[in-house]
Amino acid sequence: MTASSLKEQSPEIAARQSAMGILAKASAQDLAETWKNLGLEPNYTVIRPAEIGFVMVRGRAGGTGAPFNMCEATVTRCVIALDDGTTGFGQALGRDKQKVLQAALVDALWQQPEHRDLIETKVLQPLATTQEQAENETRAEVAATKVDFFTMVRGE
Amino acid sequence: MYVAVKGGEKAIRNAHKLMARDRRGDTSVPSLSLKQVSEQLYLSVSRVMAEGSLYDAELAALGIKQSRGDLIEAAFLMRAYRTTLPRFGYSKPIGTAKMLIRRRISATYKDLPGGQLLGPTFDYTQRLLDFKLAADGEAPTPEVQEFEKEEVVPRVTDLLNEEGLIEPDESIAPDAPVGDITREPLTFPADRDLRLQNLARGDEGFLLALGYSTQRGFGRTHPFAGEIRLGEVEVDFFMEELGFEVPLGTMTVTECQMINQFQGSASAPPQFTRGYGLVPGQGERKVMAMALVDRSLRAEELGEEIDSPTQDQEFVLSHSDNVQATGFVEHLKLPHYVDFQSELELIRKVRKEWQEKREAAEQELIAEAAQ
Repeated sequence: MTASSLKEQSPEIAARQSAMGILAKASAQDLAETWKNLGLEPNYTVIRPAEIGFVMVRGRAGGTGAPFNMCEATVTRCVIALDDGTTGFGQALGRDKQKVLQAALVDALWQQPEHRDLIETKVLQPLATTQEQAENETRAEVAATKVDFFTMVRGE
Repeated sequence: MYVAVKGGEKAIRNAHKLMARDRRGDTSVPSLSLKQVSEQLYLSVSRVMAEGSLYDAELAALGIKQSRGDLIEAAFLMRAYRTTLPRFGYSKPIGTAKMLIRRRISATYKDLPGGQLLGPTFDYTQRLLDFKLAADGEAPTPEVQEFEKEEVVPRVTDLLNEEGLIEPDESIAPDAPVGDITREPLTFPADRDLRLQNLARGDEGFLLALGYSTQRGFGRTHPFAGEIRLGEVEVDFFMEELGFEVPLGTMTVTECQMINQFQGSASAPPQFTRGYGLVPGQGERKVMAMALVDRSLRAEELGEEIDSPTQDQEFVLSHSDNVQATGFVEHLKLPHYVDFQSELELIRKVRKEWQEKREAAEQELIAEAAQ
């Protein structure tokens, strides 16, 4: 089964991917702040300690053609388990071990029905709002540079 | 053959210490922070990430600081760092159509869907040194304007594709293997995936000169900048343990679609052909040069006569890597005493033979004259 068909079949996985995306995109500082505000201190065991490595990032020839390897990027990842055995995965571009540990904890708590709402409202939504605001600010600034050139008529 | 030397440790240590002191410069001036480099010299950082083939702005900034701003040395440091850590795998190909666009221009269409977005550019500046920047360097607040949020901004090449005026991207099986020059040495002829990987990490100056040569007539490609875009794309990675793709965050990339002279054959109608450029970070000159060279390297595939350096795969791909190039050129300054000694002996011997021959010839002439 390919990843995309899995995604279509399972809204649960799609929701988790979206949460992971918000966590990966968050700055270490923003994530640390929301984590602190959450005020939870769950017990956990480290399954795979935070590890720095690389992922080879691929592009496509012409944008939509055959894949090729563009360059590597630093990635940090870690896996933890809560006391009830729920495993949390944290991974993000960059080399911030603290950030992926917190992301893994959030991922694990999100999977626990009793914590999901809290994680959504206290962590994911605030981070997503910050990210959307930043993106919209970029869009607004770029929109101000939208140009309309006039073609001169020859001989004018 | 190169014969190594040993010894000299103390002098080498002292030389490195001296270099570190010189690198620091005047100590009454504050030391550079990595953030200062990555925030304020982002185009240098981008070049080091592309040529070092490693996306990490902070590491590139460290490389630039450590190398005193020698960008090739900094790329070398990035390449060396790459070898110290594990590789987790390959990302899903990034989708540049879904980019958060910060700049997007086309030289071919005035009115294109999504608009011409100049973004942060040096274009249309007068290239006058700005002494106000020397004095304070405070940033102005950018203007803002209402926008329509578009998830997907169509590519210029897609627009031409609708009419069948441009060659479509080659479609291949989703599980077709992708070549990787960091794992397998390059052999010729090299397929386009390997060529693009090589060009993406190739030296900007070398590719710029080659691209320029194609414009001046050495393998004419009649290019138009169909589209250039800069912005952030998501990077997704398939996690075996989870069985699904996870997002790793966003990275900045620059992309160029070059549209080139049409050609046709008995079976295919004339249509535009394409060259492609893609690099990490913000590297507009690099992607344009890359796209020109990519197109030229397709000469054989497109049935063109190969008579220019830029169409020659082996010439281009074997010399594009500035880390390799600098290694081979700069190794000339390392001690070659033994090699040179043998050359010395050889040339002495050859000279002696030459001298003897000449003297013998002279004696013969004198003898002839005396007769």
